[in-house]
Order: sequence, then C-alpha cells, then structure tokens
Amino acid sequence: MREWIAFWNILVKDMRAYYLKPPNISWGLIFPLAWTGMFFVKSGGEVSSVMSLLPGVVTLSILFGTTSMLAVTVTFEKRNRSFERLLLAPISLELLMLAKTSGAIAFGVANAFVPIVMGAFLADLSGVAWPSVVPAVVLIAVASAFLGLFIAVSVSEVFEAQTFSNFFRFPMIFLCGLFFPIEKLPTFLKPLSYMLPLTYGADILHGAFSGSSVLPPVADFGLLLLFCLLLFIVSLKNVRTRWIL
Amino acid sequence: MGIQESGRVRNEPSPGNFSVSGMAKGAGPPLIEVCGLAKSFGQVPAVVDVDFEVGEGELFGFLGPNGAGKTTIINMLTGLARPDAGSIRIAGIDCSLDPKAAQHLVGIVPDESNLYPELTGFDNLCFCGALYGMKKKAREARARDLLKEFGLSEAAGRKFGGYSKGMKRRLTIAAGIIHEPRILFLDEPTTGIDVSGARQIRRVVSDLHGGGTTIFLTTHYIEEAERLCDRIAFIVSGRIIRTDTVERLIEPVLERHVMHIAFSRRVPELDKKLASAFPRIECCVQGEGLVRIEADEPVRVGPIVRFFEEQGVEVTEARRMRPSLEDVFVRITGIEAEAMRKEKEKMGGGV
Ligand SMILES: Nc1ncnc2c1ncn2[C@@H]1O[C@H](COP(=O)(O)OP(=O)(O)OP(=O)(O)O)[C@@H](O)[C@H]1O
Ligand SMILES: [Mg+2]
Repeated sequence: MREWIAFWNILVKDMRAYYLKPPNISWGLIFPLAWTGMFFVKSGGEVSSVMSLLPGVVTLSILFGTTSMLAVTVTFEKRNRSFERLLLAPISLELLMLAKTSGAIAFGVANAFVPIVMGAFLADLSGVAWPSVVPAVVLIAVASAFLGLFIAVSVSEVFEAQTFSNFFRFPMIFLCGLFFPIEKLPTFLKPLSYMLPLTYGADILHGAFSGSSVLPPVADFGLLLLFCLLLFIVSLKNVRTRWIL
Repeated sequence: MGIQESGRVRNEPSPGNFSVSGMAKGAGPPLIEVCGLAKSFGQVPAVVDVDFEVGEGELFGFLGPNGAGKTTIINMLTGLARPDAGSIRIAGIDCSLDPKAAQHLVGIVPDESNLYPELTGFDNLCFCGALYGMKKKAREARARDLLKEFGLSEAAGRKFGGYSKGMKRRLTIAAGIIHEPRILFLDEPTTGIDVSGARQIRRVVSDLHGGGTTIFLTTHYIEEAERLCDRIAFIVSGRIIRTDTVERLIEPVLERHVMHIAFSRRVPELDKKLASAFPRIECCVQGEGLVRIEADEPVRVGPIVRFFEEQGVEVTEARRMRPSLEDVFVRITGIEAEAMRKEKEKMGGGV
C-alpha cells in the first residue's frame, strides 16, 4: 500500500510538473498534427492512403512523444540530483521506474489519438479492427517509453539523451515499415528491421487499418511484449550499475 | 596534509572506540553497525576499512575535511552507493545484501538541496511524505507544521527554484524529516548558511535529538560538532582516526595552556627560533602574523614579547585561548581547522 501511494504520487507529480505544461501539451498536439497533415497532403487525401498512412503516423506520434519525455523526467532529474530522492525512497526500483514511465506511456497513448481523430474526419474508420488497435497503441507506447528509459539512463546530460534518441528514432521511421513495407527495403537492412520493436507495433496497426500485416497478430504482440520486457530489464540493470555506484 | 603521529591525544588509551560501551551516556543499543566498510572509485580509495556504531537516540558526528569520505559513507549507508567490502546493519537489518531493506526507517538530508525546483515548498514536502507512503491528510498536516516550524509558511506557495540558499536548505531538512524517521542522516546541514540560519538549523537538530531521533551528522565545522554531537569520529582520507565522546576527546587538552600571539610582520624561521629560545613550549605558526603557543604550564607573556622585540617585531596582541575540540582535532589529524573552513568557504559554504 505504502509503495502504491509513492507510485501514484510520482506519476501525478510528473504529470503536473512536466506533461500537463502548455509547451508539452502543444508539442503533443502539434507534432502529430504536423506529421498527419504532411503525409495526407502528399498523398492527396485519398481514403485508401489515409488507411495506409495512419499506422505510421500513429506510431511516430507515440515514439516522439514518449521518448522526448523520458529525457526530462529521468535524465534531467538525475542531473539536478532530485532523482536521488526517488532512489532513497522505500519503493522498489521496478515500481519506481514504472511510475516514471507510466506518465510517458499515457502521454504516448494520448498522442496516438490525435492523428486517429484527424483521420476520422478524412476517412471512414468504421472498418478498423479497434480491439487490436487499442492494445497495440498501448504496447507501442510502452515499448517507446522503455526505449526512452533505456536511452535516458544511458546518458548523463539532457542534450545527450535527445541526440541519442534521434539516433534511434529517425532510422526507425524508415526501418520499421511505418510508411512503406519492409519487403521494399534492401535485403541487408531487413534483419535490422526485425530487431526493432516498432516493426511489430506498426505491423499490428497495418493489419488493423488495412488488413495488410506481415506476421500474425499473436506473433506481433508476443514479440512486442518481449521487447518491452527486455528494454525494461536492461534499463533497470543500467540504473543499478551506473547510478548506484 | 599529513596526519601527525605524535600528539598526546593519540597516545591516550582509546576506550573501546567501537563498542557499545564507547557510546555516549544514555545511548540505546546500536541502531547503526558498520564493520570493515571500504569503497574505491577507480584508483581513488574513498573509504578505507571503517568501523563504527551509533546507538539508538545518539547524535553521532563525522568531522573531516573535503574529500575525507563522509558523503561516500552516508551514500553507502542509505543505499546510494555500493560498498566494495564490509557490512552495514541498520536496526538489525543487514543492508549489505539489500540496501532497500531499511530505507523506510531513515530520513536523509543530502549535502545539496535537491528538491524539485518547479514545485512549491508545500508540494515538495507533500511529495516527499508520499514517497514514504504517508496518506494525503497526514502529509499535508505535517507539511504545514514543518513549514511553520522552519519559518517558511509565507513561502509555502512559492516555487522551490526561487528560494534563497538558506530557505532551500531549511526546506530540504524539513523534507528529510517529514515522515518522522527513526534515523536521520544530515550531510553538512549548515554549509553555506548564514549565522542565524545555521543557528536555527542547529536548534532543530537539537530538538530532534531531544525527541529521541538517532542522528548521523557530517560536518567540517568543529564548533558545530562540539556543540551538537554526543560522539564524534575524526575522519581523514577515508579512515576514522579517532572516535569518542566530546568530553573524552577534549579531556587531554583541558590541562594545556594555549596562547595566540599576533605580531606586526613575518619573522623568518620563527618556529625554530621560538623552539630554541623556549624549549618547554610547542609552537605552530598559523599565518603571516600569528603564532599559536602551547605548553603544559602557564605561558608567561613577558619573555615572549621580549623575544619578538629582539627580532625587531612588535607584538600586537597576546590572547589566552580556552582549549577546545579544535586543538584535539589539529593534534590528531594535523589539519588546521581554519584551513578546512576556508577551503569549504571557497567552495560556496560558510557559517
Ligand atoms: N562518484 C565519484 N567518482 C569518483 N570519485 C569520487 C566519487 N565520489 C567521491 N569520490 C572521491 O571519494 C573521495 C571521498 O569523497 P566524499 O565526497 O565522500 O568526501 P566528503 O568527505 O564528503 O567531502 P566534502 O566535505 O567535500 O563533501 C574523494 O577523493 C572524492 O574525489
Ligand atoms: Mg560531502
């Protein structure tokens, strides 16, 4: 019970201090809007292209929203030493890191629905398999948040976190099959695609929006979960070895 | 900066430094037990084979210069650093295996005020209470009480980032005790605080001690250690050199006679000249125009003034000093208290 009081208050504090600040809210809105607008204008706003673009835009919105947040909630707090308070509190490291990432996950999920709401004005989304979209969006947010956590605990400065996350984020736009199928990638890049978690998230969404997935949903969900677990475990290990000297 | 091997104090039998019997009068059974603690950072040995015990209700102080290893020891005791060797028991819980196991019992005031700049004073305190599982009503009431006690009620609604250094320090201490911990770690609580602020903090520490909280305090201010602590450990270069109660530490120097002589200008090789002219005194040149003289018998001023006149130097002041813990510290560690204070002040501290 004590631990959950701590968990909840860490989450609420991050929300109030960082996420619900006007710059972040506007960033959370403008960024997905800009991506969505850009791609729809380019595609001429056809209904079929909306369905093929949405999975990529949704995934991108989540990825950029969550990873930028972790650089603030974790790296920045580590830098000004307030993170030590959390490490000193009687709460397990696992629960602490879940508290620090939960806000980012919620932020990512909220970001995901900006392009979806926009898409609803442009196309008929009634045929979308929502029962798999919702868990996929949550899992993509979890995987992105844990990727952000992995980056945030591997660096010591906020700017390093930003640079390092771009190192992951931009290649992922092309490698994870967000906007064009992985089949079209050069053969030597394909294995790399399958080593990135977003590939599986985007695949579920493609399946849900236009029925064009590569792997069966069970495999996609399973692998995405596995990535989440792996990233979380590695991040915790990094905290234990790098921050508790 | 070396450690003087001579010195009467050092040769005194040390009455069971780390046994329960060596603890201050009135201290309960040991609440903190540390044995063979060691820690290096790369090639730098920060803490070397440190043993000590702190009894329940005791106020135990670590006194040492910059880089002595005080913070590193606190970090190991609280779970922020991993010892290379040794064991730590807090309230009977073996923390060497699980550093988190005793965290609910302790409160920590770090050497830097590290609350959240974007939260208000009140919200910061409530958040810290929540980290220890306090319920909303309880933590809000306690936060209000603490803000009042620390003279911060007016600033309760202002952001911590905009507080002055002294206000930040006071709020950080309040945050360390919001959950009424059994053990409180205070890392240099008054460094960088003005005289009245430091006095206020010392009063709070005394009150907590009076209320039965076990306190582990580090400081480089000798007077602070002397005034507050039941027992003190001198720590230099990662080693504890001596641990004892203030009374027992000070006992050997109480019989000494100390005098400070101020004079108008520098005298080359003053210490050698004084030693040959007055073989029964010990002297220590403390600066361009100050020498400290110590002896087992009362020091007569007349011959000393004449000695200086013969050197063509005028004595501007001769003052008898009450022997203090500072004398003991200087004798045992070879470190000048003044130098220690100045070094710290350069780094932004100062009482
Ligand atoms: N994270 C670290 N990495 C490398 N060396 C460190 C680290 N932390 C401490 N040290 C070294 O360990 C030694 C002890 O440092 P520590 O901070 O414990 O001293 P201290 O007694 O608290 O000093 P101060 O009075 O300046 O706070 C120093 O030599 C310091 O340089
Ligand atoms: Mg220190």
